Amino acid sequence: MREPRASTDACHELSSRDGASTFRCPAASKALGRGLREALAAWILAGPSVFFLLMLYCLPVIGVFVIAFTNWQFGAATLSFVGLANFREVIADEDFRSSLRNTAIYLLIVVPGTVSLGLLIALLIEGGKSCRSFYRAIHFLPFMATMSAMAIAWEALLHPTIGLVNQTLSAIGMPAANWLRDEHTVLLALAAIGIWQNLGFAMVLFLAGLKSIPKDIYDAADVDGADLWLDRLRTVTLPMLGPVSMFVVIVVALRVFASFDTVKVLTQGGPGHASEMLLYTLYRESFEYLRAGYGAAIAVVFLAIVVTLTLVQAHLMDRKVHYQ
Amino acid sequence: MSTRALRACQLLSPAAVFRHTVLLATGALILVPFVWMVSLSIKPPGEIFRTSFSFWPVQFYGVENYTKAVTQAPLPRYLGNGVMICALILALQMLVCAPCAYALAKLRFAGRDTLFGLVLIGLLLPHQVLSLPLFILGYQIGILNTYAALVFPYVVSPFGIFLFRQFFKSMPDDVVHAARLDGLSETAIVWKIMVPTALPAVIAFAIFSIVSHWNDLFWPLIAVHDQSLMPPTLGIMVFKSEEAGTDYGPLMAAATLVVLPLIVAFLAAQRWFIEGLAEGAIK
Repeated sequence: MREPRASTDACHELSSRDGASTFRCPAASKALGRGLREALAAWILAGPSVFFLLMLYCLPVIGVFVIAFTNWQFGAATLSFVGLANFREVIADEDFRSSLRNTAIYLLIVVPGTVSLGLLIALLIEGGKSCRSFYRAIHFLPFMATMSAMAIAWEALLHPTIGLVNQTLSAIGMPAANWLRDEHTVLLALAAIGIWQNLGFAMVLFLAGLKSIPKDIYDAADVDGADLWLDRLRTVTLPMLGPVSMFVVIVVALRVFASFDTVKVLTQGGPGHASEMLLYTLYRESFEYLRAGYGAAIAVVFLAIVVTLTLVQAHLMDRKVHYQ
Repeated sequence: MSTRALRACQLLSPAAVFRHTVLLATGALILVPFVWMVSLSIKPPGEIFRTSFSFWPVQFYGVENYTKAVTQAPLPRYLGNGVMICALILALQMLVCAPCAYALAKLRFAGRDTLFGLVLIGLLLPHQVLSLPLFILGYQIGILNTYAALVFPYVVSPFGIFLFRQFFKSMPDDVVHAARLDGLSETAIVWKIMVPTALPAVIAFAIFSIVSHWNDLFWPLIAVHDQSLMPPTLGIMVFKSEEAGTDYGPLMAAATLVVLPLIVAFLAAQRWFIEGLAEGAIK
């Protein structure tokens, strides 16, 4: 007796649930169906991207770490975990240290040079109404010109005997130099090329920054008696550009840090190791000497520096939003 | 005072004179490498090695130098490779990135935030760091030293997804709903509504993509060694080492021809270039 009752109860419950669902469910199941269809469509649309992001970004970045922490060599079938041995070798290597030092010196010349010249040119362009786009175009030109070809033009300019630079220097009675073959001048010459290439980029970023300064601040400064261009520059423009400048410094540093073409085409890291820089060392160790573990360890160091700079940049971008 | 006189006055005010003087001077300095390159490309060997400041040669040697540049080295081949690689990369990037960006911007699905996180990680990673595993991957699937090797690392662009997502997000949802009511499939919405409306973003991305890959030396150096596959950046380097710096004229002619296409495009569409490249470099 108990069982049937229980089953009738269950039946009753079921039917009442059924009733409720017939009352409410078409909309819900339709919504659920639409949700599922939407999710399915989304995954189909995003599928190729997901696959390639995993294959071409995630897998390789894991790969770099695996190679850096093991003794794997190109073509080897086996590998074993060696901990920090590759990093110890890298750090102990005098060549790597000089490469790191050169990169730092190069950055310390190129970044301030690029940013200050970029700022100066942006201020001058924004300071008047005429020929704006003409000046902007000229200064931006090197940023998009093919560097490996322009490096060849620079080599001709810096040629010890027939180069325009030395001809000019000797014409005005200054000592000439074999810029790219002298270990004391080679970094300086590459840095000059670096500034030439990137200052248009800094200029464009500053021009955007200048446009975002509200006009009424200038009016207020006028009322306060800051009517000279220099006064306005000191009291309004430069303070307002503060956050933008920090941002420009980081973005330019990130680009300059990844300099490769000029080193590869012009100096191959020479003379000696005088112009060896991080990315070139990474390339040479990985693909010319085929030292996979060593190259991967350099890549990890390179990545750590880039990620640090990028996180600082992201932080600054957040702050910039708060300022506005 | 007439407006012209007023304008002349403004032009001649000390501040304006200072502005134009400095900008013309820095502009001239910026142009020196370009001008010198073109100048050497039209000079005969004798004049190149005679020290002189003159831009225009006594004896015009441009025809000989440029002929040598396109016949002695496979320069037309390099340029053709460059065009093909850039076009292929851009087409694949559009095909892969636009649908994904639409899904991220307009569709609700489980894992959307994770996917966007994946895109942000991709944005953060410099491509050079990935070159070693990508080289191994290319080796494993047996495509090193082919056109495919030059293209495959760039099939998906995290920056492209990011940029299109921003743009698609700013479009009203009603547009999507209306299109669905009209019976358009999700794929059709991407290609017939989203992408055409986001044309400014598409152009900015196209310029960024083409300029970066036309100018890239790092990856082609790793991916190919056959001269017939080389893009211009790599080809001109090989040309330089073969000539060993003795035959400057043709070398400069070749360099000019490699730089020229982007410069011409830039001068034709300056504003687009500056926006696209600045955005791409900041990310």
